[in-house]
Amino acid sequence: MKVNTILSTRRSNVVTIEPDKTLRDVVLLLVQHQIGALVVVDAGGNLQGIISERDVIRAAAVHADPFALKVHEVMTRNVVVGVPQDDLWVVAHIMTERRFRHVPIVDDGKLIGIISIGDIMKVQRDAYQGELDTLEMQLLSDA
Amino acid sequence: MTQVGTADNPLRVAIVGAGPAGFYAAEALFKRKELVVEVDMFDKLPTPFGLVRAGVAPDHLKIKSVTKVFEKVADRPNFRFFGNVELGRDIAVADLRHYYHQIVYTTGAQTDRYLNIPGGDLPGSHAATEFVAWYNGHPEYRDFEFDLSQEHVVVVGIGNVAVDVCRILCRTQEELMGTDIAEHAMEALRHSKVKTVTMLGRRGPAQAAFTAPEAKELGEMADCDLIIYPEEAELDPLSQQALAEADRGTLRTVELIQEYARREPAGKSCQLIIRFLVSPTELFAGEDGRVSRMQVVKNELYATEYGTMRPRATDQHEEIPAGLVFRSIGYTGVPLSDVPFNEKWGVILNEDGRVIDPDTGSHRVGEYTAGWIKRGATGVIGTNKPDSVETVDKMMADLAKGVLLQPEKPSVAAAEAFIAECQSCYVTFADWRKLDELELARGAECGRPRLKFARVEEMLAVLGK
Repeated sequence: MKVNTILSTRRSNVVTIEPDKTLRDVVLLLVQHQIGALVVVDAGGNLQGIISERDVIRAAAVHADPFALKVHEVMTRNVVVGVPQDDLWVVAHIMTERRFRHVPIVDDGKLIGIISIGDIMKVQRDAYQGELDTLEMQLLSDA
Repeated sequence: MTQVGTADNPLRVAIVGAGPAGFYAAEALFKRKELVVEVDMFDKLPTPFGLVRAGVAPDHLKIKSVTKVFEKVADRPNFRFFGNVELGRDIAVADLRHYYHQIVYTTGAQTDRYLNIPGGDLPGSHAATEFVAWYNGHPEYRDFEFDLSQEHVVVVGIGNVAVDVCRILCRTQEELMGTDIAEHAMEALRHSKVKTVTMLGRRGPAQAAFTAPEAKELGEMADCDLIIYPEEAELDPLSQQALAEADRGTLRTVELIQEYARREPAGKSCQLIIRFLVSPTELFAGEDGRVSRMQVVKNELYATEYGTMRPRATDQHEEIPAGLVFRSIGYTGVPLSDVPFNEKWGVILNEDGRVIDPDTGSHRVGEYTAGWIKRGATGVIGTNKPDSVETVDKMMADLAKGVLLQPEKPSVAAAEAFIAECQSCYVTFADWRKLDELELARGAECGRPRLKFARVEEMLAVLGK
């Protein structure tokens, strides 16, 4: 199964934020869109990093006023990105091994989406449920 | 007006496409407690069940038993089937809005992606899905012609459709007798001169898209030797490494491939050659202008920065004979008239099953999608069940909020009268049951599980329409 299986049932717009915004802005956007991470892009739309709930928590643990911090001070810069044709299970494996929960997806250099470990869990659950259902039905048809 | 979804004012749903996703959506709607729903299901063909009838291989009869589940759905008193009614030909989306609160598009993925190489569209080079639809008796493909007088066939791709095509080409007439393959295809295959079928996989044995049971089936055909070149069955270091973490199914597939590579051919009439790490680069025509040879390039695998294995071409090329070519490199959906479509991915524009208007970016009220036309061609038949349930969940959430179409004539009688006006020869589920019985009886007469009707006119004629 490919990454685009997840993206095909999504809106094409990705919620992004610019590096000079504050963590307060980040939290507001995360809550407003009910998501766990934002892709950080510059004014030209170029990918600069990613900032997640976890980054916010980490910042809050060491700063007295975390909400005033700028995004570029907290974000993860070395972002692992995927393409729509990537194998979903391989991406899931890398996310589990390297312990991150969101992967931005780019196509022809353009940011087109972001997938989370929760999205992958859902696809995996549906795939297994579907296989189980199909096998059960075939077994019962023999009876 | 009473609340929609009650006995006085039932929720009226139109489902466009009578394949697995459509039936699973209907089932999910009928399972909703305290919801009174009327489902009208449309299909452009007179016959229901979509790819279960026209896609699943004729020698995989057991898989088709899922239709029993769908028949139970069709037995519901509030279910109606309108076969031989096509959206865009007989009725329009705008028409449906007059009679239904919600519309669900479940038309599936109907065509193969294009083989983008020089000569890719030469005569004799076809989409595997066309061949599949032809041998399964899909009326729109009944009169397609495939030159089975050729000795060498090449199938590009190594997924389950490619595997099905190879099996059907290599089976004996005796083996095909036990299947529900369409009679015209059986007849054409009776005169087949095919001697070798070569299946091309662009990646290696560890990334093969077919499953272990499918591989096993290929090695057990009555009069066909399965050939795998030992050097192509060997795993490169990257694949060996990946295999260490692979699931049991992949391990078993690789074991089988390597076992086949050690086998000596038994001198059977036909040979199925599975090639790994090769991609077609050009098709060449013979003197008659039809495809006769194919150039392929050897690939090598490399790991991307985060572990995905991708093939890349080397500088080693070879030519193989190819009198008939089938490309099976992924299904893609076909746009529906007046329904927003993502051309690149071949799916209806949607968010978790709610259709999205590309101009406003918001949901199109009362329009939904499920199945392959929603998420792309992926998964087994049963995978459509959770997918359709997800869409129905969104439909119910919108119903609760009162976000629905406002049909002027939300009644069974009005819809039926309108449909009869647009397509007087529509086919009901009771009609289909008659066709089904006739097909089974025709099959029994000649010792076959089923003998399909493969022309719409023929179906309508026996139904007296």
